[in-house]
Amino acid sequence: MSTGSFHLALVGAPNSGKTSLFNALTGSRQKVANYPGVTVERKAGVFVTPAGRSVSLVDLPGTYSLRGRSPDEEITRDVVLGRFPGEALPDLMLCVVDATNLRLAFRLVLELKHTGRPMMVVLNMFDIAQRRGVSVDIDKLSAALGVPVVTAIAVRKAGIEELLRRTDEFAARTPEQTKDASRDNVWKTLSISELKGLQREADRIIAATIKLPEKPDTLTTRVDAVVLHPVAGLLILALILFVMFQAVFSWAQPLMELLSGSFAALGQLVHDYLPDGLLQSFLQNGVISGVGSVLVFLPQIIIIFLFILLLEDFGYMARAAFLMDRIMGGAGLHGRAFIPLLSSFACAIPGIMATRVIDNRRDRLTTILVAPLMTCSARIPVYTLIISAFIPPTQIWGWVNLQGLVMFGLYAVGIASALGVSFLVKFFMWRDYAPAPFMLELPDYKLPRLKSIALGVYTRAKMFLYRAGTTILSMMVLIWFLASFPQPPVGAEGPAINYSLAAMIGHAIEPLLAPLGFNWQIAVALIPGMAAREVAVAALGTVYAIEGGKEAADQIGQVLAMQWSLPTALSLLAWYIFAPQCASTLAVIRRETGSTRWMVVTFVYMLALAYLASLLTYNIARTF
Amino acid sequence: MSDVSNPSSKLLLGNARRGFVGTIQGIDVVEGHSSLSSHELESQLIEMGFVEGAQVEILHEGAIGRDPIAVRVNGITVALRRREAQAVVVKAVAGRPVTAR
Repeated sequence: MSTGSFHLALVGAPNSGKTSLFNALTGSRQKVANYPGVTVERKAGVFVTPAGRSVSLVDLPGTYSLRGRSPDEEITRDVVLGRFPGEALPDLMLCVVDATNLRLAFRLVLELKHTGRPMMVVLNMFDIAQRRGVSVDIDKLSAALGVPVVTAIAVRKAGIEELLRRTDEFAARTPEQTKDASRDNVWKTLSISELKGLQREADRIIAATIKLPEKPDTLTTRVDAVVLHPVAGLLILALILFVMFQAVFSWAQPLMELLSGSFAALGQLVHDYLPDGLLQSFLQNGVISGVGSVLVFLPQIIIIFLFILLLEDFGYMARAAFLMDRIMGGAGLHGRAFIPLLSSFACAIPGIMATRVIDNRRDRLTTILVAPLMTCSARIPVYTLIISAFIPPTQIWGWVNLQGLVMFGLYAVGIASALGVSFLVKFFMWRDYAPAPFMLELPDYKLPRLKSIALGVYTRAKMFLYRAGTTILSMMVLIWFLASFPQPPVGAEGPAINYSLAAMIGHAIEPLLAPLGFNWQIAVALIPGMAAREVAVAALGTVYAIEGGKEAADQIGQVLAMQWSLPTALSLLAWYIFAPQCASTLAVIRRETGSTRWMVVTFVYMLALAYLASLLTYNIARTF
Repeated sequence: MSDVSNPSSKLLLGNARRGFVGTIQGIDVVEGHSSLSSHELESQLIEMGFVEGAQVEILHEGAIGRDPIAVRVNGITVALRRREAQAVVVKAVAGRPVTAR
């Protein structure tokens, strides 16, 4: 961030349209990252004013007061007060107010005045307010509040012209002018009576300067009568979740297959044109395969975020949290955790990225930690391989297919373990922490702003590519390296992988895995299997010298059925319920939590659970 | 909890039924209302608009245990659990039936 630019900060309540305003100002020149070390999002961008001035803009977490009721609100408070390390004190605060919802926002404005910092009130969504019959005496309001007031319509270019002009005026002030205009920072946490006093003052100002419509808008209430209806509401929610799940699970599939097919073809091209050897293998199996394995997640991420941003913009998310509160709360999970956890059934990566809808930092972290336990679609090839090879397709109890039952059981254990770990995390780590009560504003329904949503999806995808993508790619290259070096000596027998570092590591850890019933082939296959769960199928094929990769699953299954005992197979199933066999998930956890610590924690706890589960399964199965 | 036949006992928002319309008399946090301290809960309620004199109406209830409730308070719609709503003392608007649970 250049120190020469003018620093602007957007402050306001959630649902004030800050995000639309942020998007309108910065366009695609925005970056989403984390505040250092915490799972709170930092949205920053730059734009150039009509006068040619470069302005850096930060969209601070939405808040109702500066009290800091949650870690997110603490960040807003600290940045506004200039005490967040590494964050510049804003030169100007834009207090974004929903012009249709003024009471609480004006109290925040009055509280912000105590900080003595330059600020300007932005009456956002002014077009909607006017349509409803709200009429504002801007000059009178500005005089009453003591700060400049502008109106804004974030979705129209002309709607932010006034805002930009005023920003230029502020930025053009000389240091002396700025000093004259600024006040001391007298902010401190408000007492109850001070709080009530501020609200009364805010209500007085509204009564004096703003004419509110005769009849309040009832469209939202009428829609809510259906959407929040005990029966109809839950049905609607179930339908929406089902559609979303289908979209991510099935509709993304063709795109994903297209992508992985294209990359395989590209790899084949390299294979045909380059002479056999290290460079060819590096390009085909390391780089191209690695890049492909990053890009293949894009369809799912894009679809998930399209849904999430649409629902949020529309205003439905709060209703969904309302409907799910009792169910999720009973399980110790945050109401908004259902979307990330549901997405994790397809793939934990968009699921973990989707935890951004959880504004509470600790709940978000807990959800990130348990998301990988939800049975993701990559486990299915492994489950299918072992189940079809080892579980007979018999009917039990007259109508239940044993194979299907085992599959269902694996899913159930995944979900149960996620709930269990979530409970344990809450119990051990956040014991002294009083969870914020469920108190949520239900905003009016609004038409989603498509351009803003498109920008949001684009930003997320870009973020994924540049942040997680680089880590995933380097991990893939590392895994390729382990599986390809050193090369087998001339005239050697057996698969090439048996001479590689992966094999050496596999043999070395075999004694550790022996109590689980794993042989050295499994141990070796688990190393390249770290790349992704479904890779285990192809890796086992490679180790057992079966050509054809994962398409040869049936063949591989037959070989395994002859070579492995049933306890070993069941033990491997139990391993795969828990084991962190996915470098991409670990990379995304690292990026989303802002530190390596939680990635390591996830790796270690999942490994421990996998080891325990395998150990128990193997030894119990052996007694039968 | 709240006995409608006894005029001296307080009517709490957390006990009121869907469709209730009234005005807020004040905030009275009692031990066990929430895991938060009373100062914190009262501040949060005020920040969400639950101030004396405000008009309240319970619009919707959750499906399970009629919890949480969606309340319109002076033009804003807020969702909260009945547990926290117990801290809000209300008085029914004259002429409207009060159906407490």
